[in-house]
Order: sequence, then structure tokens, then C-alpha cells
Amino acid sequence: MDIVYLDNSATTKTDEKVLKAMLPYFSENYGNPSSIYKLGRENRKAVEEARGRVAEALNCEPNEIYFTAGGSESDNTAIRGIAYSYKKKGNHIITSKIEHPAVLETCKQLEKEGFEVSYIEVDEKGFIKLDELEKAIKPTTTLITVMFANNEIGTIQPIKEIGEIAKKHNIIFHTDAVQAVGSVKIDVKELNIDSLSLSGHKFYGPKGIGALYVRKGVQFQKFINGGHQERNKRAGTENVAGIVGLGKAIELAYENLEEHNKKIKELRDYYVEQIVKKVPYIKINGDMEKRLPGNSNISFRFIEGEGLLLNLDLKGICASSGSACTSGSLDPSHVLLAIGLPHEIAHGSLRVSIGKYNTKEEIDYTIENIVEIVNRLREMSPLWEKFIEEGEQ
Amino acid sequence: MEYSEKVVDHYTNPRNVGKIEDASGVGEVGNPVCGDIMKMFIKVENNIITDVKFKTFGCGAAIATSSISTEMIKGKTIEEALALKNTDVVNSLGGLPPVKLHCSVLAEEAIHEAIADYYRKEGKLSEEEIIQKCNLKEHHCEHCE
Repeated sequence: MDIVYLDNSATTKTDEKVLKAMLPYFSENYGNPSSIYKLGRENRKAVEEARGRVAEALNCEPNEIYFTAGGSESDNTAIRGIAYSYKKKGNHIITSKIEHPAVLETCKQLEKEGFEVSYIEVDEKGFIKLDELEKAIKPTTTLITVMFANNEIGTIQPIKEIGEIAKKHNIIFHTDAVQAVGSVKIDVKELNIDSLSLSGHKFYGPKGIGALYVRKGVQFQKFINGGHQERNKRAGTENVAGIVGLGKAIELAYENLEEHNKKIKELRDYYVEQIVKKVPYIKINGDMEKRLPGNSNISFRFIEGEGLLLNLDLKGICASSGSACTSGSLDPSHVLLAIGLPHEIAHGSLRVSIGKYNTKEEIDYTIENIVEIVNRLREMSPLWEKFIEEGEQ
Repeated sequence: MEYSEKVVDHYTNPRNVGKIEDASGVGEVGNPVCGDIMKMFIKVENNIITDVKFKTFGCGAAIATSSISTEMIKGKTIEEALALKNTDVVNSLGGLPPVKLHCSVLAEEAIHEAIADYYRKEGKLSEEEIIQKCNLKEHHCEHCE
């Protein structure tokens, strides 16, 4: 087997239809959307059509959508932009401990700039503790930012309930929905979402393009100075091809949402079921119900994740891990630690994220290899030897 | 992160994996919290390391450094094995990414601990002499502190 791509939470392969829609905007349709002549006007139309598609997918107005360079930019912009716009009202922000670094690092930076941030705990499945969230609210709280679905363990948060709490206390609610858009039906009105980040390449669109939804009436500061693009919030000539690709990708994702999710979820459940059956001493991280359809996260005890990933790579299988060695720091994933995993179990985690192009044959091949590699690494592991000889400590 | 061919070779086909039941010395370093443990078994006859085996819990670099260092000390005298530096291990692997250099330090320490254990079993040297001879250090890692 050539390449078995099971890292669809990291990025996805651009859909052929998306690519096809984009290509003319690199060649014949090269006009600047701000130009007055036809070549420019037509590109303006293409940009606005794409905006309409994003708005339709989220059930908001097109003028509530701002195009950005991706999820991280959307998160930075929303959080900083809102925090500073409401600084007169207060300087307190509430978030969770399992956010993406784009949110966590932005919050940490804001703390340095004089803001106060509460990081709410999650339970062992990764759900935010709603009572703690509500208790953390102060008269100075202006913003709650909680991710829609977690990138590592796939847990889908009670977004509607968080939205209601925010609304009740007259606080703005932003959600990093980068992992959810394209996999979960999202109605920003029904869910009381004031602001939302999304990224094109997570749902078979191109990299380098994202969007930010900000409800009309919510203030947020301009984030790139220059021309008047994006209703004077983000200057710079539009990434027309990227925007067109994002529009096409979001349209395709929601057109076939149920069909894709059913297939993806079946493969994911099959994978988890087979691993449970074939490999002892594992731990399934996250919740199996309120979970992104393609996400699985399993800790294989007594082994370290990077060793597992490298061996899978040699078999052409692409996945990811929350081990320290792959996180680029000394600690394993902050998400796995937040759900209460001990370090040594967090080090042995494997995230397999399934997408619309995966087949059962690929999953079978992956299971077969995981079983073989885990057994081999355990045979090599002094922790395994100790466990076999002495049992659970 | 890019590993050299040699590193890939060693974590794919690690040499001398296992344990020696009647080992002359066993050394274990690292801890599961950090994500690396190396356990080294040596068999010593007439001051020569005649056999070496290892078990490692850790990343690709940890497995590769354990594997190659067993090859590097097999057939050597105790003194030669003690003279092996982590930089020698890195060089024989054709380099390691900077964040993985600590794995080679662990390999060096595991060898030293195994030899110290051998000396202790032999009972000829005082603990102080062993610590000095084997250059034993307290386990330090940024993580545990």
C-alpha cells in the first residue's frame, strides 16, 4: 500500500472539485477584486459568492463573514479584537484548558498585556465543566472562548449551553470551530455563537485560507491596517483562489455531510472496535458519543507514541501522537494531561483521524500494522517487562 | 524532524534487544514521566563485556541510541566502555536532532549504571570509588524539576 493517510485532523487532501474551481483564479481570472474593470469586478463577484456559501453553511449573513489566512489568524483576531474592543467594560476572559495553542497562546499574551484569563477544567472525557464556567463569570468578563470540538480527542463541547450561559450574562461567546466545520452541522443563531473561527484545509479545501464569523453588533478591532478590504477589518488584496476554494469546499462538505459522516463514523468505530479486540492494555481517550466522526485517540500503555508513529510511517501510514517527543516540548499533550492521563499513558497515545477518502482496506492494513508494532515495542519496553513480572503497581 | 538513515535503521531493526538472565550488571535510567527509560544488561568475563542486551521505552532516537551503544561496547573492556561518550554515540548514528541529544546522554548513563551494578556485585570497590569511576550522576531532567 502506498500512503494511508489517517491524519485528517491535521489537514486533508484538497478535493479535486475544489482544485478545479480554484484553478482559473491563478490564470485567466487574475484581476484584483477591488478594481473597477470587468476583470476585477468578476473576481469581486467570486469572492462574494464564496462568502455567501460560508454564511449559508453557518446560517448567518454574508457580511458577518471575514476571510482570513486560516484558523489561527481567526482565533487571534477574534480574541484580541473582542478583548480590546470591550476593555472599557472589563478585562476578564474565560476559556478552557484544552484549547488549541492559537487560543491558549493568545490568552497568555493578553495576560501579559493586563487581561485576566480563567482556564476552566474539563472532565475525564474532555467536556468543559459548565458549573465551573458559570462560577468563573465576573462583572468584568467580556468574552468566553471555548472550542467547538477538540483536535486531539474529538470531544464536542455543549456549545449551545455555553452560548446560553454567555447570553444570559451578556458576554460575547467565541468558538474555535476549526475541527468542527465540515463535520458537524452548525447554526450560529440556534447555538448562540457570537464569533466562530474556521479553516479551509480541514474540510478538503486549500491551506492558507480561513474565515471568521462575527455577529453583527459585536465590536472587534481592525487587525491588519491598510486598504479597505473585508469591510475595513483586514487589509490586503484578497486571496481570491483560496476564497473560491473555501467556498467550494464548505458547499461540498455540507451537501454530503450525512453521507460522509456515516461512512467515516463506521470506519472509525470499526477501527476502535478491532483495536480493543486485538490489543490489551489500551485506553480510549475522549467520549464515544459526542465526538467528531473521524476522530479516534487511543493510548497504548507501556510504549511511547513517537516510536509507534515512526514505525507506522515506514509502512506508509500517517497518524499523530500526543507524546512529548512529537509535541516538541518536554510534556505530552496538554489535552491528554487535562483529561487526567498520567504522563506515561499520555506518551503512548495515537490519534487516527479518518476522512472521506479512507477505505476499509486501509483501516484493516493499519490495524494489522498497529498490532504488530505495539507488540514489538512492548517486547522492547522495560515498563512492559515490569508489568508482566510484577503486575499493576 | 529528520532522522539520519542510521537512526532509522536502528529503530527499525534494533540490535541486541532483550535481557540477560544472569547478567553481571544491570543499569536503568530515565523515567516514564519523561517518556524515556533505558535498561541495559551486561555480561562481563575477564574484564571484557562479552554480551549486552537492552530494553527501552521511548522515542525512535531513544531506541536507536540504545541499540547502537550496545554494539559499541560489546567485546570491549570495562574501561573502554566507560570511556564511551554520548557524542561518540551521536557521531556513529550520523547525528541526532538537537532535541534528541538527551537520548544519547541516557545511553551513556545506562552503560555507566550497568557497570556500576557490576562493580557493586563484584564487591571489590567502595560505593564512593564506584561513583567516581563510573561518573554516576543524579538523574536530572528539566521536566522532573
